[in-house]
Amino acid sequence: MRKTGYSLLLWLLFQPLLSQGQSGDRITVGAKHFNEGYILGEMIGLVLEDAGFTVDRKFNLGGTAVTFEGLINDALDVYPEYTGTISTQILHLEDTIPLERLRDLVEQKLGLEISRPYGFNNTYALLMKRSKAEALGISKISDLIQHPTIRLGLSHEFINRRDGWKNLAKFYGLPHVPRGLEHGLAYQAIVKDNIDLIDAYSTDGEISRYDLLLLGDDRNFFPDYQAVSFYQADLPEEAKKALGKLSAAISAEEMQQLNAAALFEQKSHADIAKKFLAGKGIIAASTSTAPSIGGEILAKTLDHLKLTLLSLLAAIFIAVPLGIVIYRHQRFSTGILYLVGIMQTIPSIALLALMIPLFGIGFLPAIVALFLYALLPILRNTVVGLYTVDPQLKKVASAIGLNDWKQLALIELPLAAPAILTGIRTAAVINVGTDTLAAFIGAGGLGEFIVTGLALNDTDLILRGAIPSALLAIVIELVFEGVEWWAIPKHLRQKI
Amino acid sequence: MELLNVSHAYGDHTVLSGISVAFQKNRITSILGQSGSGKSTLLQIINGMVRPQRGEVLLEGLPLDYENIHELRLNIGYVVQHVGLFPHMTIRDNIGLLGKIARRPPHETHARVLELMDMVRLPLSHLDKYPHQLSGGEQQRAGLCRAMLLRPSLLLMDEPFASLDYGTKQGIYQHLLDIQKLESRTVLMVTHDWEESLLLADHFVWIADGKIKDAGDKSRLKRIKESYLSAVK
Repeated sequence: MRKTGYSLLLWLLFQPLLSQGQSGDRITVGAKHFNEGYILGEMIGLVLEDAGFTVDRKFNLGGTAVTFEGLINDALDVYPEYTGTISTQILHLEDTIPLERLRDLVEQKLGLEISRPYGFNNTYALLMKRSKAEALGISKISDLIQHPTIRLGLSHEFINRRDGWKNLAKFYGLPHVPRGLEHGLAYQAIVKDNIDLIDAYSTDGEISRYDLLLLGDDRNFFPDYQAVSFYQADLPEEAKKALGKLSAAISAEEMQQLNAAALFEQKSHADIAKKFLAGKGIIAASTSTAPSIGGEILAKTLDHLKLTLLSLLAAIFIAVPLGIVIYRHQRFSTGILYLVGIMQTIPSIALLALMIPLFGIGFLPAIVALFLYALLPILRNTVVGLYTVDPQLKKVASAIGLNDWKQLALIELPLAAPAILTGIRTAAVINVGTDTLAAFIGAGGLGEFIVTGLALNDTDLILRGAIPSALLAIVIELVFEGVEWWAIPKHLRQKI
Repeated sequence: MELLNVSHAYGDHTVLSGISVAFQKNRITSILGQSGSGKSTLLQIINGMVRPQRGEVLLEGLPLDYENIHELRLNIGYVVQHVGLFPHMTIRDNIGLLGKIARRPPHETHARVLELMDMVRLPLSHLDKYPHQLSGGEQQRAGLCRAMLLRPSLLLMDEPFASLDYGTKQGIYQHLLDIQKLESRTVLMVTHDWEESLLLADHFVWIADGKIKDAGDKSRLKRIKESYLSAVK
């Protein structure tokens, strides 16, 4: 029994490290956590698998900062990106530049490469209900000048962006005063005629679904957001060739439909991508089906448990000895507790983001961030537990012949154990919760369901992650209850 | 056990000054005095908890080795007023603790625990109980057992019975005397109680204002009764 536990521990410790190693034919594909990101990520994965590569999928990544750092740190080999994002957010260019020039800059400045565009432009766009637009005779943005009374509901981000409303209005000479609107509510508002015009992404699935009209950008104000594969320069030629199959393969209408299928037809991203690529003859049609839901939940729960346990173990190994040092050398105590306390005040998503430049993306940075979170409860409870041991007992222990180490091992630590255990228990439960955010930096776990579910507004999917994670927290509570029952005499247990 | 010209002060406050005394081997000596007279400090100087600023402590003719003081203390039993049993250990583990520290074979320790519990009439059903489940008197007897586990040649007791009621005390006095008959050792017992001293001790040392005011055997103790009682009032 003990041996089994030990092997399990070793497996937990090293399994993630083993899977991090990248063999020659393994390619790690990333994707950002929004609908289109998942579909394009799946497509990249599928064409690579079709060409014989083994693919690790790291989807759900928390944004451009994460995916780009992933490429830079070799944690990712390829992910789908937009040319506009590369030029403005990554290269920080002021002006739009032709695609060929962008390709050169990516190679020279970043040492990375981009593929030829997939064939659609996912830019900002202005949308109206088709019926209304046709009645008013509006088909392009410049037509709006004739209709100064139509009601605009624009997202706050769009109103303030450099390529957003203010410059657009100046550029086209539009007199309208827009209302700020939460983007999530915009489609409902326009469908219900509460508003006449909204901003959106030009490939949103809702466009075809609600029969909305995308106004033509007739004077070319919006920069290009051409979808491309963004990848490592040292990717095998075979892989680059496979990625090339996606070039000019997807039109804007097709992308809209694919997005709509994910949003409204409850189909998995993998199925949508597979059906589309097979239908176009880009990959061979296959009958392989997605893993069962049960299996997937179990796998992610195990991942989740691994994240929690590894970070917790690391925190115990550091925090308990550190607590002892602080207790023995009080001059360190304020400084260290203060420092560790600061760590706790950093919002978890920000702490995860801070880990990226140091540890890249994936398992390791998540473990480090969770470890930092677990430190404070354990450290503080260790110190407090030791301080509250009756000084009379310490004196007696010394008087009857126990040296410092024996006093610590036999008297002080056992008497502080209930407090230390409570600290560990607190840390474990915090970690189970915080783990769900680790999906944003590609660490896996139940957070993947939750993050995907949030992107799709799919409650089922969110619950698929949230329920096991809540159960896990309960199980951990029960396990600690058991440990306490077994290890600590009843009269010394902490009453919570 | 001998003290040579021992003096000690906490800050400006002199607790002991120029104490020289040799304690009778294998006899019970009471250290009498009112609270604050420095008698507890004297006990702590003897087991090295307090290092005197002047003078010397001789144990079996040799000065105390402060470098290895914890090992030395294993040979000095120590009993205090509020017992100081460890709340997370059973009675068995409390009494047997020093056996573990001195790396004695467990069966040997166990046999000694049973022997001691028998001497002080502690029922064996208490073995696996925790200290808080015992009465005050039982706890004090367990404390006595713990102090004598390794058969120390010297036993120090600091007001060991002060918090017990009259009836309980009488029982323990008898246990202590019985043990002393079975395994004689040098016992130094700090107390303020003249009667206790008369009942238990063969000799006494009276400490007042950090100095030895009087010392002697039982008959001397009887003679100073009046002056002692009026002094500590």
